[in-house]
Amino acid sequence: MSIPLPLFIALPLASAFLLPLCGKKFKGFASLAATVVIAVLLVMSILSFGRFDVYIVGRWTIPLGINLVLDGLSALMLATISTVSFTAMLFSNRYMEQYTSKNKYLSLFLLMVTGMNGVVLSGDIFNLFVFLEIASIASYALVGFGCEHEELEAAFKYMTLGTVASMFVLFGVGVVYGNTGSLNMAVISRYVAENGINTGLAFALALFTTGFGLKAALVPFHAWLPDAHPSAPAPISAMLSGVLIKALGIYSLSRVIFNVLGISVQISWVLIALGVLSMVIGVFLAVGQWDFKRLLAYHSISQMGYVILGIGMAALILSNGGNPAWASLALLGGLFHLMNHAVFKSLLFLTSGSVEMSTGTRQLKELGGLAERLPVTRSTCTIASAAIAGVPPFNGFWSKLILVIAAVQAGLYGLAAVTVLVSIVTLISFLKVQRYVFLGELPENLKSTAEHRGLMACAMILLAILCVFMGALVIYEPFRVVVLDNAVNALSDGFAYAGKVLSAQILTGQ
Amino acid sequence: MLYSLCFLLFMIGLYCVLVKKNMIKIVIGILLMEYAVNLFLVMLGWRKLAEEAVAPIAAGGDLLDKAGTVSQLFVSRAVDPLPQALVLTSIVIGLGSLALMVAICIRIYEKYGTFDITKIRRLKG
Repeated sequence: MSIPLPLFIALPLASAFLLPLCGKKFKGFASLAATVVIAVLLVMSILSFGRFDVYIVGRWTIPLGINLVLDGLSALMLATISTVSFTAMLFSNRYMEQYTSKNKYLSLFLLMVTGMNGVVLSGDIFNLFVFLEIASIASYALVGFGCEHEELEAAFKYMTLGTVASMFVLFGVGVVYGNTGSLNMAVISRYVAENGINTGLAFALALFTTGFGLKAALVPFHAWLPDAHPSAPAPISAMLSGVLIKALGIYSLSRVIFNVLGISVQISWVLIALGVLSMVIGVFLAVGQWDFKRLLAYHSISQMGYVILGIGMAALILSNGGNPAWASLALLGGLFHLMNHAVFKSLLFLTSGSVEMSTGTRQLKELGGLAERLPVTRSTCTIASAAIAGVPPFNGFWSKLILVIAAVQAGLYGLAAVTVLVSIVTLISFLKVQRYVFLGELPENLKSTAEHRGLMACAMILLAILCVFMGALVIYEPFRVVVLDNAVNALSDGFAYAGKVLSAQILTGQ
Repeated sequence: MLYSLCFLLFMIGLYCVLVKKNMIKIVIGILLMEYAVNLFLVMLGWRKLAEEAVAPIAAGGDLLDKAGTVSQLFVSRAVDPLPQALVLTSIVIGLGSLALMVAICIRIYEKYGTFDITKIRRLKG
């Protein structure tokens, strides 16, 4: 069964504008409708695994019009986005009752999903920018949703840096257009494959690296993330850390570098440097935190480092003419870690939301002994902590193992050592979370704490199950071929992307 | 040459964002960056010989036949219309983000009573 690609964008976009129409009387209906829309998106994205599809908008063929491309990498990102947004939506049904105007929240949430789906499906760099802005503007508003002192301050900081990042991206789009005369990724890719990269395109690549790096919060550009992610409501933190920085930052960066402008030794060292800096600095800043959500936010920076490190190592091996098998392995590790991080980090943010909702605080020093009061939260949080620290058999272990193997095989022993070291520090900081939140003395004022069950627990359990069983994606061959290998090939094919898209256009007969 | 002036304007905007303490001035800096990029996009479709350039609207004389094929002369003289479409889109996006940014500034002023970002420092660590 073939699903028309614009549906991924049109469905959440239309419902985002229709939901505010059902006023206060139909509030329950609005939440239900939003959940159904996200569930439909989830089913659609799972059905789209293994497909390669090009959609020509308005029958304007490729050099002229806009096109949407679904390949392995887009399918992987779509599935990740839908999974996390589905669980976040389940969680927010109860959690967002604390805030007013839930309809506006739902509509911003759906707009953010629209933007992210658009970014991963777009086959046109200007369109990518437009969708990136849709997702970003919705996320700025959601970070400031609480309208208290901290939220507004974080929203302003996030918005300033986010808009600067968007301007860098738009400038890069302009430079690419001036140098190649096209905005379509496939056409640019063919141009670069034939003519090589010139000074203008190299400048554009630098602009893209800065812009997308800011969106992905890689270390020299990370200042906004530890403020923005904790200030948002918990389900939104889960969305921001879980998928937004990946779709807007990592996905766009790797798409532009691998498929459009081409890899080189220099850019791969830039990626590796960004990755190592993010991993090390992120994790050491995280250890010293006493705010639950802020600690998690710093870990997002560190874990994004792993993903970029895997992608950078693959680029280095490919551009040095090394064994493509090890390049594929590094990419597999990076992309699998991206999926895993989406699952366990959103789960951690949801559990932090559950703790905050039950106790009214997220300072680690004011908590303690909640293991018996919040059993579901406690068990899911333990699973997620084990996963993020890379304890077998949880999903984080497999992706880190693959990254270490790839680094050793490529002869980058230093990077392998850093990967293991950062993993150990991660484990230490999550032991601290377990110790201060769930073990130890129960403070007097938290004696009567009770857990919120129902959909909130449901969302957390769903993600915890994924944490336990996602290792199957690498171990079980058919899953790996459909889900991960397709995504890896989409990137490692490089300029062959252009040929695939252009010939698919002819096949559709338009 | 003119392109580097665009880049200079972009850098002035970035400097303003990074150095200024007043939130409204930061917003103005972001706008400067936006205008620099928009100017750059418009200039991509610009032709050097101004007297030769025509608007990219094919009128009666520019069409060779009823099927709508345009003459080579028109193609060589018309300015590139695509950057203008890009600029329109980017202006609209810029308007949306400007409105949100100013709204956040107003709310912050209500809460903190100041526009000075050095005094708005509850988040740290």
